[in-house]
Amino acid sequence: MTGGRVEQAVRESYGRLVAILSARGRDIGAAEDALADAILAALEQWPDRGIPDRPEAWLLAVARRRWIDRARRATTDEALSRSLALLTDIADEIDLAAPNFPDERLKLLFVCAHPAIDPAIHAALMLQSVLGLNAARIAAAFVVSPDAMGRRLTRAKLKIRDAGIGFELPDRRELAGRLDPVLDAIYAAYGHGWDSPEDDSQRHDLAAEAIWLGRTLVELMPQEPEALGLLALMLHLEARSPARRGTDGAYVPLSEQDPSLWSHARLAEAEAALASAGALGRPGRYQLEAAIQSAHAGRRLTGQPDRSTIASLYDRLYRASPRLGVAVGRAAAVAEAHGVEAGLRCLAELDRGRAEAYQPFWAVRADLLARANARGGAIEAYDRAIALATDAAVRSYLTERRARLMS
Amino acid sequence: MQYALLFYENSQQFMTREHDPETVAYWGAWKAYVEDISASGIVRGGEGLLGPETATSLRIRDGQHQVQDGPFADAKEQLGGFFIIEVDDLDAALAWAAKAPCAPYGGVEIRPTLTTM
Repeated sequence: MTGGRVEQAVRESYGRLVAILSARGRDIGAAEDALADAILAALEQWPDRGIPDRPEAWLLAVARRRWIDRARRATTDEALSRSLALLTDIADEIDLAAPNFPDERLKLLFVCAHPAIDPAIHAALMLQSVLGLNAARIAAAFVVSPDAMGRRLTRAKLKIRDAGIGFELPDRRELAGRLDPVLDAIYAAYGHGWDSPEDDSQRHDLAAEAIWLGRTLVELMPQEPEALGLLALMLHLEARSPARRGTDGAYVPLSEQDPSLWSHARLAEAEAALASAGALGRPGRYQLEAAIQSAHAGRRLTGQPDRSTIASLYDRLYRASPRLGVAVGRAAAVAEAHGVEAGLRCLAELDRGRAEAYQPFWAVRADLLARANARGGAIEAYDRAIALATDAAVRSYLTERRARLMS
Repeated sequence: MQYALLFYENSQQFMTREHDPETVAYWGAWKAYVEDISASGIVRGGEGLLGPETATSLRIRDGQHQVQDGPFADAKEQLGGFFIIEVDDLDAALAWAAKAPCAPYGGVEIRPTLTTM
């Protein structure tokens, strides 16, 4: 048997097992450590002896035993008594012979995005505890050092343990407020944002993991339209990734992308998810964002995007969620539907203090001014956009646009 | 789990305690909250505190006692009282914190106690 198959078997189970162990022990760090021991044992034993009939039960039994071993070595009375109390719970509540284990991953997702935990670490916590990504890989995607990410993750897990955050699902009244941070964290993990061209391999890799989280959430909450909306949004953006760069690696904006390069399988899946969300009759931010992407994708059938639909969807999204990124996207959509001057008016209404440091604001403004033949203002805006661009391909795209104005 | 609920009030609320015509409503709200939380059986201790203008702070530096008029931090919100409660988890503590009369004006800090460890 190959190591690859063992790894795959472990991979499928990882999040479910961390969730079961940590929901009982209320300690994600200890659950991960115990499971890591069990996985190590599996990697040693399974290639020779074969994968057991019920790999999850095997891993859970070993993890539980290792957790007990570790607890016995606890050096302080308090730590020992706490560990033993928790382990009694684990032993009592997990029936290893049961045909199916309860799926506690939803509780784990809600704990990772609990309002008592710094929102900046929600996405990283989910990627680690639900998908088993290591801190170094998460750190690379979040552009921080592996040490710093490791420390932040450890601190968050200690806070969850010590503050006594319960592994319970929020009740119906609270659900709406508690679901948003879960959705936001998954979208943050997707990390692409609005047509961001960041596609170096590590980032891209993480996009696939975030989509996995999105699928998991839909599987766990099939009646939640915003979970479906988020999945549809991520699949739409992902469908376009093959068209985001030219053969020479240059940035290709959405309006200039070749629709035949878009992934039709992903688009079809995105449309299906969005239709299921719509059928539930509770619109929301992620469904609106997905609907905007869906309208853009309509260009592959009609040759032209439905500009007035896109602009009116942006109006609704802006009313529901008046964020800077949405405001700038709306200005661009309004310009397409109702003319450059209308788009510029939308930009002029924005709080300049906030917009000042936001690269897309300057890029959209530059484009609209150039189309309005306001050369001086356009060149100035391109300069600001170029200075703020973090992606080299975007920078050279903007530089080339600016050069066209000079000729 | 045992938690301390630390009630922070703003200076307006501290003033209201004594001088304002709203003082009856202020104390009425706290009385109702205290009765409510006490009746639930989760309270292990607690007190209301006199205002920050009555506070005295002490530090010892290089063996010298440094006594100061006033609280440590010159913040807009100041500690006005606390409860020690015994509940299942943070969400249960948060639910009690959300009912405190000071929550809409000042705020409540929730801390697990050391005895929980």
